[in-house]
Amino acid sequence: MAADLLWIFISAMVINNFTLYYFLGLCPFFGVSDRISTALRMGLANIFVLLITAFCAWFLNTYVLSHAPYLRLISFIIVIASTVQFVEMAIKKMSPVLFKALGIFLPLITTNCAILGLALFATNKGYGLLEGLVYALGAGGGLTLALVIMAGIREESKLLEIPKVIEGTALNLIIAGILSMAFMGFAGLFSTS
Amino acid sequence: MVAQHKYLFSETMKNFEEAARYHEEFIKGLWKENPVFVAVLGMCPALAVTNTAINGLAMGGATLFVLTFSSLLVSSFRRYIPKEVRITTFVIIIATFVTIVDFLLQAFLPAIHKELGAFVALIVVNCLILGRQEAFSFKNPIRLAMVDALGMALGFTFALFCLGAIREILGNGSLFGVSLFGPSFEPWIVMILPPGGFLSLGFLLLFFNWLKQRQEQKQSLVYLADTVAEVAEKKDSIISLKRGV
Repeated sequence: MAADLLWIFISAMVINNFTLYYFLGLCPFFGVSDRISTALRMGLANIFVLLITAFCAWFLNTYVLSHAPYLRLISFIIVIASTVQFVEMAIKKMSPVLFKALGIFLPLITTNCAILGLALFATNKGYGLLEGLVYALGAGGGLTLALVIMAGIREESKLLEIPKVIEGTALNLIIAGILSMAFMGFAGLFSTS
Repeated sequence: MVAQHKYLFSETMKNFEEAARYHEEFIKGLWKENPVFVAVLGMCPALAVTNTAINGLAMGGATLFVLTFSSLLVSSFRRYIPKEVRITTFVIIIATFVTIVDFLLQAFLPAIHKELGAFVALIVVNCLILGRQEAFSFKNPIRLAMVDALGMALGFTFALFCLGAIREILGNGSLFGVSLFGPSFEPWIVMILPPGGFLSLGFLLLFFNWLKQRQEQKQSLVYLADTVAEVAEKKDSIISLKRGV
């Protein structure tokens, strides 16, 4: 059981990395990756929302959606968005420090494809509550890892003289491509599929 | 009689202007404001499913369906949707059509549905669709909104097809599953794997940037040449004035 969970965690974090393998959450990956500190906070906020998502998805799948599977998409989106909003309010009340660190990112994240992607993948794989939470932790860790590495490279690249023609999105995409290739190396980590 | 002619003339002009407006709204999505190549929206599906040309076309078609019908619905209800909850309403409308297209693909094209996997459902969070509702359909009449949606969706499909075709040709040596180069071709496997998505879009954008820069340089050269010619002409006339001709 513990080995299974570890396998789920590592697989979601580095082998099938959400950003670099599934192309999920690319907007923050390119949008808020120009400073490491911002990227790290964005990543933590992502982990937080992903954990809520995993819980919501498990709850909906077990108690609601077995009766009406065609409502899956709509209910996922609405329930996740509103739960995040409620939790955001609660945090604002209870821990202003935490809210200050993560708060501005939360509304951005709720419409992020990584969130819905996690809910759908966890459903397709038939994960239970614990497996879903570990999967969310791994996926969030992977997102944070990719974001921080990207931000590090971009911070360094600001000091370089880059030809004007490749500046901006083109350069970021090519960096992401090379990172993705590097992450492909993790595929050999486990021999079982 | 004259008044009637004037009226007819102004009507025709209005029609012309309207037609031009429709044409402009339709054309802009195809190239000038292409969602993938220029605005870089909807990257998740644009990169995730374009490992073959067919998959790119299928994803483009699904997006076209969702975008057009969502625009139709949002535009027709734009007076009744309260401004405060408009985003939520858009999302519910979009999610409804995505569910429909998901089930349709599952029923009629099960092979393609299997290839695209969860990415059909992820059309819901494609920022292109929500963006068009917010920026255009919510503020414009039905026909105009439909034209805009069709143009944008076709531009998106075109971009996805280009990416898919490039990746399939380089990574598999085939197009639409038909082998192009024979058995001696060594496929560039990485192009059909995830890194290939980033790399091919990156290099395409680089190519477009290069084209744009060259065009700008050419324009500035033309401008320079014109100025030089103008100065030279003036110089001639000044010289001829001095000579008293």
